[in-house]
Amino acid sequence: MADTIWVYAEVVGGAVTPTTLEMLTKAAEVGTAEAVLLGSAPADAVATLGAYGASKVYRGDDPTFDSYLMLPAIEVVASLLQAHQPAAMLFASSYAGRDVAAGLSAKLDCGAITDVGDFQLSDGNVKATIPALGGSYLATSTFTHAGPRLLLVRPKSFEPKHTGGSAVVEAVPAPADAALRKVQVVDRVDVPVEGPQLDAARAIVSGGRGLKSGEAFHALIPPLAELLGGAVGATRAIVDAGWVPYAMQVGQTGKTVKPDVYIAVGISGAIQHLAGMKQSKAIIAINSDPLAPIFQLSDLGIVGDAAQILPLLIDEIRERK
Amino acid sequence: MHVVVCGKVIPDINQLTLRIDPDTKRLHRKDEPHILDPAAAVAVEEALQLVEQHGGSISFVTMGPSDAATGIRTALALISTANIPAAAVHLLGDEFAGSDTLGTAKALAAAIKQLPPFDLIICGTEASDTYAGIVPAQLAWQLGIPPLTFANKVVGVEGNTLTINRQSETGYAVVKADLPALVSVTSGLNEPRNPSLKGIMAARKVDVQTYSASQLGLGPDDVGASAARERVETVGAPEARKAGRILESDGQPDTVWAQQAAKEVADFLASLKVI
Ligand SMILES: Cc1cc2nc3c(=O)[nH]c(=O)nc-3n(C[C@H](O)[C@H](O)[C@H](O)COP(=O)(O)OP(=O)(O)OC[C@H]3O[C@@H](n4cnc5c(N)ncnc54)[C@H](O)[C@@H]3O)c2cc1C
Ligand SMILES: Nc1ncnc2c1ncn2[C@@H]1O[C@H](COP(=O)(O)O)[C@@H](O)[C@H]1O
Repeated sequence: MADTIWVYAEVVGGAVTPTTLEMLTKAAEVGTAEAVLLGSAPADAVATLGAYGASKVYRGDDPTFDSYLMLPAIEVVASLLQAHQPAAMLFASSYAGRDVAAGLSAKLDCGAITDVGDFQLSDGNVKATIPALGGSYLATSTFTHAGPRLLLVRPKSFEPKHTGGSAVVEAVPAPADAALRKVQVVDRVDVPVEGPQLDAARAIVSGGRGLKSGEAFHALIPPLAELLGGAVGATRAIVDAGWVPYAMQVGQTGKTVKPDVYIAVGISGAIQHLAGMKQSKAIIAINSDPLAPIFQLSDLGIVGDAAQILPLLIDEIRERK
Repeated sequence: MHVVVCGKVIPDINQLTLRIDPDTKRLHRKDEPHILDPAAAVAVEEALQLVEQHGGSISFVTMGPSDAATGIRTALALISTANIPAAAVHLLGDEFAGSDTLGTAKALAAAIKQLPPFDLIICGTEASDTYAGIVPAQLAWQLGIPPLTFANKVVGVEGNTLTINRQSETGYAVVKADLPALVSVTSGLNEPRNPSLKGIMAARKVDVQTYSASQLGLGPDDVGASAARERVETVGAPEARKAGRILESDGQPDTVWAQQAAKEVADFLASLKVI
């Protein structure tokens, strides 16, 4: 249909992901939103998708979709796309989203625009806006060939809105072909993170190499985050150095965050880091180098030694509370 | 085992600010110092560790302009440093310029079909200049082999089965598939070694096989700008986020400044109602 937009819905940790709801909200604003939901999902998942804009949900709940990665999903979505021909299909730039979109583009010989921050429908085509190179450019891209149009959307690109609608459900069976059961999931292991999750936190305190050691990071950053009721973030430099786990990484190859306030401590502001946090509502930077790029987008920049300032800041906030 | 590593050779991201060419609207790639993509170096290292354990050889495959030659030598030097038989394929020529991810995957697949049969293909998760992150799964589909993507650990090969830990939002999934298969590796999973002088010398003696698109039977509907299913229409500057107040010590002792700085931050947080 000319203005029907599909969303590949994902469930992580027992809940529909925020990016799914963000994409549905946008899809419903631009046209008619419909979702495809494959694999195990909480009982209220379809209701949630409806409440955020989906008028219809193609639902495949066969355990095959959980036990075997991507190939069964690609098969099912490919035939749905060919049968219904929506104007575009949105995927999160997540692990599953990228794999399914990549497989579809190869199988259906169609285009996929990656890293999408916004899009419009015009004359039946899609005009996508891409914050390229960590947001130093804004490019617009469109599709040149007929066939399905796949968009890989950056997390936090849209504001999710609970509009209270509901969706009709169409059941989709799992494909029977045994050749699609090639990539088998043997086990799923959760690595717990303490405190508020990065992608949901209203305040984030992130540390970088300027903290000089893992010990200094752990002594200063989590206590400040805790005082603010916020989450702890990190640059890739210190993830690679083994100070903190990958789950804390903010940036192009880590988490995309959009808190009310982001405090960057000892972080230079490489474009790959900025890509993950430049949409924060307010940014505070503490860095000893007055020329550090992070200052160019900070609302408040403090040129100084993090090791000296942070303990005083922690005391100051404790006193005010 | 025969392992194929697909890697990009890219403008040195540490030495220049990346630019987009206003005419072609593509990343400016000419006349810049080129290096082996750090993501490709990780893929090569993972191949070295597997072949050191199981024996075999490694082929490095890249598509890119003539500048890519330096990066190919780096990859070959790494392989030679580990005393592993090395081969390299360079997809070169204007016909490839402007390929999108799918065109890239088709080109790589066509080149890999020219090589002796392989057991495993290793890719980076995403290239360090464009971050599309979808070429590996497209390539696996082109070759009809299982994609084991986003590996943060290659657990090992047992018999004919490869097991990896796949990065997930909440931790990881243990995932397996039969060989031949494709793995894409995330950037932190190993620390690439440095090439030895002996390896660098040995790498110079390896013949690099180059292919044009037509030599691989690929035409303008398969690769290059004409085959790309997406077109960049405009490139502009984003709405710049303005710098706010940058506060610096005016020469007072460090401890005094630190105290004042802490107050400034606390005041700002209070104005945002965070405290
Ligand atoms: C493909 C690719 C993907 C990447 N993805 C990411 C990503 O997702 N996230 C990410 O963060 N990075 C990513 N990077 C890495 C990125 O390019 C930078 O290397 C990294 O962000 C730098 O981390 P940093 O700011 O901690 O370290 P540095 O760049 O070393 O900066 C340290 C800063 O600390 C300051 N400093 C030093 N001493 C003090 C002091 N006493 N007090 C206060 N400040 C001090 C210095 O002035 C400097 O500005 C990626 C790179 C590549 C190639
Ligand atoms: N031009 C290329 N030559 C060789 N390998 C490539 C090329 N482009 C992408 N790849 C492979 O695909 C991975 C992901 O790239 P991308 O999808 O472009 O982010 C890279 O890390 C490489 O392994």
